Amino acid sequence: MYRMRSWSVRHARGLNLVYEGVESLLLTLHPLLKWIGYERLDKPFLAVEKMTKGFLLDSQNCGQCVVGSTGLSCPMNCPELLRNGPCGGVRPNGKCEIESDMDCVWVLAWEGNQRMYAGEYPIQVVQPAVDNRLSGHSAWLRDVQNKVRSRSADESAANAI
Amino acid sequence: MRFDDEPLDPGENLPIRPGHSSPGRLERVLRAGGFAVTAEIAPPDSADPAEVYERAALFDGFVDAINATDGSGAHCHMSSVGMCALLTRRGYAMVMQVSCRDKNRIAIQGDVLGASAMGVSNILCLTGDGVQSGDHPEARPVFDLDSMSMLKMLRGMRDDHQFLSGREITSPPKVFLGAAANPFSPPLDYRPHRLAKKIDAGAQFIQTQYCFDIEQFKTYMSAVRDAGSHEKAFILAGVGPLASARSAEWIRSNVPGVHIPDDVIRRLQGAANQKEEGVQICVDLIAQMRDIEGVHGVHVMAFRQEHRVAEIVERSGVLGDRVPWRPNSNATNDSQQIYD
Repeated sequence: MYRMRSWSVRHARGLNLVYEGVESLLLTLHPLLKWIGYERLDKPFLAVEKMTKGFLLDSQNCGQCVVGSTGLSCPMNCPELLRNGPCGGVRPNGKCEIESDMDCVWVLAWEGNQRMYAGEYPIQVVQPAVDNRLSGHSAWLRDVQNKVRSRSADESAANAI
Repeated sequence: MRFDDEPLDPGENLPIRPGHSSPGRLERVLRAGGFAVTAEIAPPDSADPAEVYERAALFDGFVDAINATDGSGAHCHMSSVGMCALLTRRGYAMVMQVSCRDKNRIAIQGDVLGASAMGVSNILCLTGDGVQSGDHPEARPVFDLDSMSMLKMLRGMRDDHQFLSGREITSPPKVFLGAAANPFSPPLDYRPHRLAKKIDAGAQFIQTQYCFDIEQFKTYMSAVRDAGSHEKAFILAGVGPLASARSAEWIRSNVPGVHIPDDVIRRLQGAANQKEEGVQICVDLIAQMRDIEGVHGVHVMAFRQEHRVAEIVERSGVLGDRVPWRPNSNATNDSQQIYD
């Protein structure tokens, strides 16, 4: 759904707020998710992500979503799989060097990023190399687990003081 | 030019000075405030080392380092590793280009260790053109990393002495890290931010795409200076001679990322000898680049006109009385100026 992709970038700010809502809900539900078992939930969550992110963003389900810092433009749609910004071959009309009828995902990312954040640019965060083992797993559950881990690390640090 | 601590055997490395990342001459020239000149060598479609030596000799005494391209334009040629192996043996300062298109993280880290062991002091981290633009469009593209994650990985190898996996490196690669930049490709207002991001990721020098539009380049450099990036990395502006108005128009519409303004094409069209005018435009551009604050040198890409590079650099006058290293200048009876 290439047309949806552009629509989503135009509405990056609102969609991102919706995702933040979903994420905080999942964080609240962490005890329940843990009780059911994250591994057991991986497949159903991936199915939901494929429906929502797949429809809205053409998400490629790399399992380590960074669209929050790319203006909701999925960088895995870049033919060179660039996760850190546009290549030097972007056409003067903003189209992709390789797929000439597709908008460069990084031209869209820069637009979306400016729409989502005024004056601060998470697009500037250097993204590490992709972990290919995570492809085809739920990125949302991974996010929640990471947040829970860093939250409990913060708490134990606070208790230590 | 030779440094006072130049080894007698040209295949040996210079000592690493305090505050330097590499034993290379390019880093020394840049950190000493010199206006550096680099050039791109044409890789042969052959296994004959003599061709590599002949092509490198064209630049003797006029460039501070030679870029060995890594399958540029996604075309198959002798590898950058191979060319660097040959030329470092003779003492040449090399910029080894590494593209993410053909190699994954395992191959790239191994190549960089090997390159550093051979005496390669500079690595240019590139994403690389897609396979679609080359002579093997049916090939499988790799793109395991991008230029940014490669910079970060190599910096980790050098400074933290570890592979991306975290495994220890007993003797790290002492390399000066470089990256490319294209000031002329959309989104234009993001390009200076992108440069800053590459510097954050580890880039210490930058070689840009061809700069034919000096006014637009000045606008870009002004944003680069506002961000302070010109003080965090050395910027070498890309230049090169155009063969004719027709070839300029062809490049403009067929080579992704190369921006040639109309007035350059008109200047070529109006010339009696278009080839000479192309060389003159290049000479003029180099001289103009020297006057832009934050530009620390030029990178000459003289595709199919490599034999004109020495003359172009000479005519531009940017080297002043400085004569870059050339083979045999290590001999003690050499009368070249000694730099310390």
